[in-house]
Amino acid sequence: MHEWALAESVITAVVDEIRLNNIRKVTKVDVKVGELQQIDIEIFRFALENVMKAYELVLDSDAVRIEIEKNILRCEVCGKTWSFDDASCRPGEDEAEAIHFIPEIAHVYIRCPECSSPDFEIVKGRGVWIEAIEGEH
Amino acid sequence: MDPRLHIIDKRLQDIKRIIAVSGGKGGTGKSSVASVLALALAKEGYRTGLLDLDFGGPSAHVILGVEGLFPEEDKGLIPPDASGIRFMSIIYFTGDNPAPLRGKEISNAIIELLAVTLWGELDFLIIDMPPGMADTALDVIRLIKRMEFILVTTPSKLATEVTKRELAILQELRLPVLGLIENMLTGQRAGTAAKVAGDRTAFLGSIDFDSTLEHAIGDVDKLLQTGFAKQLSLCHPFK
Repeated sequence: MHEWALAESVITAVVDEIRLNNIRKVTKVDVKVGELQQIDIEIFRFALENVMKAYELVLDSDAVRIEIEKNILRCEVCGKTWSFDDASCRPGEDEAEAIHFIPEIAHVYIRCPECSSPDFEIVKGRGVWIEAIEGEH
Repeated sequence: MDPRLHIIDKRLQDIKRIIAVSGGKGGTGKSSVASVLALALAKEGYRTGLLDLDFGGPSAHVILGVEGLFPEEDKGLIPPDASGIRFMSIIYFTGDNPAPLRGKEISNAIIELLAVTLWGELDFLIIDMPPGMADTALDVIRLIKRMEFILVTTPSKLATEVTKRELAILQELRLPVLGLIENMLTGQRAGTAAKVAGDRTAFLGSIDFDSTLEHAIGDVDKLLQTGFAKQLSLCHPFK
């Protein structure tokens, strides 16, 4: 249920944006969810809807769009590029759970499949990100 | 846009005072001061949290003997109770493994932890700060408003010189510094830290080098009986 905390951060950001830019009606919120964090999208969507109610934020049902962003990791040592879901280097269940809470924990449990270095960059698909908020003024 | 940055203030809003225990130089006993201060405040009846943000070398869990705990999940992460302290650390997720993180990644992990941790109501949140004043410490300063600093140094010239610079930058940033604690005093260079404090900040007091402290690590009852804890209770500013 850690998805609730992230959903609340998204809604808080939308509310702040409304206030900052005098938005009358929010028409679109594009949310990207990085594959590395393994968010349960159904729980996340459910949490978003409930947090919106708690914050008295009314949006059209199709205004919030959630897209899963493919994860890309790149080794800082040898330059190898790979993905979290590559079966050969996917961590075990407990390790994946730790990465779910803090994606940077990937550096603890994942190694470059080419040179075994823990020194890699999370290029894309880390966690929850708001790509765009659009509205009518 | 990073939505996590928008929720951090809310996560900390029910905390009365946020105390950052910082020491420019490693090995000054910053983590011991932070951990034992948190223990002492909890024993005095204050609702106290301890957040270990020294991700490069987390050690508060070792000092407190924390084992087998994990945050409860309920619309976020609720820090577990460790000897009366709500304690949060990266070690719940890393276990005993090393965490080879670059500075940007440490900052990102800290943002995540701040965004999802539900502290609830606290009188004090004690933060064991990342060492030095590099990007991670600057990010913590940016993210956690209302921090008040306690600086920990040893009498060593190396430590006091670094502490002097840290004090200068904190004051340039107009951050409240409650004062300076001199740790591991052995008689040599006594008074050095007081000179560093000068009229720039309060000199909170000295703690003698305590050879019994090492044997008390991991046992909170023994920790609170050490000369270290007793002297800390005399010089911390929340008496």
